[in-house]
Formats: sequence, C-alpha cells, structure tokens
Amino acid sequence: MRPFVYERPTSVSAAIAMASRVDAVRVPPTGADTQFIAGGTNLADYMKLGVAQPDRLLDLNTLAEPALRQIRINDDTIRFGALVRMGEAADNVDVRRRCPALADSLKFAASGQLRNMASLGGNVLQRTRCEYFREISWPCNKREPGSGCAAMEGSNRQHAVLGTSDACIATYHGDFAQALVALDATVEIEGPRGRRTLAFAKLHKRPGDTPDIETDLAADELITAIEVRLERWSSRSRYLKIRDRESYAFALASAAVALDMDGETVRSARIALGGVATVPWRAREAEDALQGKVLDEAAAQEAAEAAFADARPREHNAFKIPLGKRTLVRALLETRDMKG
Amino acid sequence: MPDAKMSSGLSRRMFMTASVSAAAAMPLVNSPTRAAQPASAKPAEPRDLSAVSMRINKQTYNLALDNRTSLLDALRDHVGLTGTKKGCDHGQCGACTVLIDGKRVLSCLSFAVMNQGREITTVEGLASTDGELHPVQQAFVDHDAFQCGYCTPGQIMSAIGCINEGHAGSEDDIREYMSGNLCRCAAYPNIVAAIVQARDEIRRA
Repeated sequence: MRPFVYERPTSVSAAIAMASRVDAVRVPPTGADTQFIAGGTNLADYMKLGVAQPDRLLDLNTLAEPALRQIRINDDTIRFGALVRMGEAADNVDVRRRCPALADSLKFAASGQLRNMASLGGNVLQRTRCEYFREISWPCNKREPGSGCAAMEGSNRQHAVLGTSDACIATYHGDFAQALVALDATVEIEGPRGRRTLAFAKLHKRPGDTPDIETDLAADELITAIEVRLERWSSRSRYLKIRDRESYAFALASAAVALDMDGETVRSARIALGGVATVPWRAREAEDALQGKVLDEAAAQEAAEAAFADARPREHNAFKIPLGKRTLVRALLETRDMKG
Repeated sequence: MPDAKMSSGLSRRMFMTASVSAAAAMPLVNSPTRAAQPASAKPAEPRDLSAVSMRINKQTYNLALDNRTSLLDALRDHVGLTGTKKGCDHGQCGACTVLIDGKRVLSCLSFAVMNQGREITTVEGLASTDGELHPVQQAFVDHDAFQCGYCTPGQIMSAIGCINEGHAGSEDDIREYMSGNLCRCAAYPNIVAAIVQARDEIRRA
C-alpha cells in the first residue's frame, strides 16, 4: 500500500477546504491525491490492492455536524445523514414501515460487520468488484484509462448486460442505490463552490468512453445527505435480490419495485435493476409498459421483456437476461400482493 | 524497511517491542504525528508515524503507528493480541471480527489510526479474570461449534454482536446475520446451535 497522510477534519467546511483544488471539477474523486474516508470498507480494500492510491486521507468520522449521523423522518420525507451506517438504517423500524424497499436493500447487502462500518454516503459510491478492475496486473479502462478491458473476452459471468460500452462492462454492485434510484431520491452535496442538490439518478455516470469517471462528484465535493420523498407508492415497495448463495454475496440480479395501485390496475410503477447494469439502473421502459395495466403475470412478463430489450450479453453472462426478467416478474407480483 | 528513528531516541523496532510488553503503562511517545501536531509544525509526510490511543479490553494503549496499519495488524503485531485472526485480509471472511464501541466490525478494513479514543474488545477480553468463559465462548465449547478453530474468534465476536443487535431471534435470522463469518470446516449447524444457547443464557441473565 502506498504511504499516506492521515488527517481529521472537524467540520464539513474544513473537510472540503482541505480537499479543495483548482482543477477539482476535472478530477474524478477516485483519482484525486486527497480522498475522503468514512467506513473504509471499500477504500481500504482497494488501497491494499493498489487500485486506489491516495496520498492523503481525510477522516470524515471526526466531522462534528450531528445531522450527518441522523435519520430524520417526517410525513413526507426520509432524510439520511451521509455518515449514518448501513446497519442503523436497515434496522430503523420507521424506515422499514414507511419504505420497505430501502430497508431490505440495506439488510440484504454485505454482512452484519460491514453494515456496522459502511456509511450510506460511501455505500452509494462503492466501486465495482469487476475481477479485472481489482487485480492491477490486468488492463482496465476504468482503473487505467486507455489500457483496454480484460473482461470483454475474459471471464465475464459477473458483468453487466445493460448500460455497457465498448470500453467497460463492469457491474455496479450496490443494493441501496437501486432502491434510491427507483424512489427518485436526491443527494445533497457540499463543495468549495457551494451546496447543490442532485437527483440520485444523475449521480452515477454510465461508462461510455470514460469509465474512470464514475460519478458527477468533483474531487473536493462531499455527499452530506440522501433524501427520499414519501409518496403513495413508498409503503408498497420491495427489494428482491438473487445471488449465488443465499446471503453475503453480490446480486446476480435484483429489482427494486414501488407500485401505486388503483385496485388491480397500476397507476404508476417505479422499477430499478441491480446486478445487471453498469450503474444503478432505472427501467423506465418497464414502468411505461405497466402504466394503466392490470398487473398480472402476463403484464409483468411484458414489462420484464421491455426492461431487457436493449441488453447486450457477453460470453458468460447471457444467463443474466432470463434471470433478470424472472427476478423482475417475481418482484412485481410480490409487490402487488403487499398492502399499500 | 529501515528503522525510523523516533524523537525519543527509541528505534521503531524497540518501540514496538516495548509496546507489547508494557503497553498499558506506555506514555504517549512524542513522535512526529499529524494528528497530535500543532498547526505551526511542518506538514505531515506520508511515512510519519501517527499517535493513536485506544482502549483495548479495558486497558489503554498508546501506540505510534504507520498510517497504513490496519486495526487487525495493530492488535496482532503491535499489541501482541493474536487471538484475532487474519483470514482473507479483504473483508470477505469475518475471521478478524472485533467489537468497536460494542459493535462488531472487521478489523482488517479499519485503519488503526481511525480508532483514536475507541473501545476495542477482542476475544482475549471476553472471559472474566477468574477464567470463567463468556456465555458465547462456553456455548461454542458445549456445542463443538468448530473444527480447526481458525474462524472461531471471529465467529464468537460476531455472535456477541449479532445477539446484542437483536438479530438472533430465530435460526434463520442467525444464519442471515452471521453470514459474514465463513467457516471452511462447515461447522455452521453447531455454530447456530451454540448461538441459540448463548442467546437464551444472555437473555436470562
């Protein structure tokens, strides 16, 4: 591991001032000399592997602002401070009651120990576990732009079928983010150029020609909160995760679903897919296919076909297309059968 | 690695040796650290040692560590508490589980320097001073909940966290919430049985 300077800022403004740099907007946070650390479950691992090589770490756990550690729930919003730990949010009874998809996406992620460590802000920014990204002897356009992609013709069973490019097919492995993108969450971001609110759907960037640029964040910006509006569909929401083993594994396919129903008929549906895409994946085509329909198995199947219409498999991951469709069909029918 | 001379005149190696034998009484060494430095001092260098003070099994330890040192390596190599095991060293196996401020975490993914002022509990800190085992330790013995034993300290620490969190209500819950601790010998049925026994005993107490 590369040696690094370790510092403990005591406020958000101090942290972003310490990370501030003139070229920050052109430098992805993952490539910056100075990086933030909270739970460290992703960053420490990637520093050990030489994938991440910061010269300086700013420890966010010493920030004083209480709101960073609070979950605030009122009649129409759930607001998570960015330093709330995954386990705390997963166990919050009001989060579960008001929006089950959020609670389940956290409960079925990682392990008890990791959930106690990992912050929500860090969780949504976790980097792919593509085997060729993790092992620095392989070419990887995400880790080393322009070096090529070893996964294309390599062992690509874990890789994405949606949102891929000729440069990168790495899967976004998070779970919480699928629920957030389905539920139209927003993120609050602070930086030296001010505070901004961003639709969660705009936080992650598809790989395109620049897979090294993973998010909309500048190197000196910090997520301070994640907010989800509570709507008619929030309580009728679900997160279904299908894995190689029943627990403690990344999704092969997952679906976050929230339904606004008028009797048997779908007033509107919100759908996101995980394990199959390069970014938290909102399946708008599937949502449109369901609108105004009676939600039976045939309608769910039609929506699933629409969700994967543009899927592009590689040699070992074609199974994710039928698996992803079945996962979505089951998630839709189970969500339909929940009490609204 | 060359021994970095510390300002006290101790070599790095001597300091580490001393910190093992006399850790509890060790005064905070005046080492070149960023965390303890006044603002006027020279900027920190990546290879500077950092001072970190932790309570480990109810004793205070003042250590001077390279920032790269994981909590796991600090416990094993600097403090001499080798009960906590290194399995994968990447947060995938759970062998290194300890409690920080009562919560179970993976010590391999925690930089030691990030634990300033924290209360760490390792498997060595569970039994009472007269040797009576913690209910979870006793249950693992009673149910033969291991074969080779390498994952056992992590399993025990994780089980304590799992019970304290209220996630040991059913055998299904135990399997779900203990899934971060892998056992290559597959002693899982006995581990679940041990946790059921310990849970009931802790509830009665």
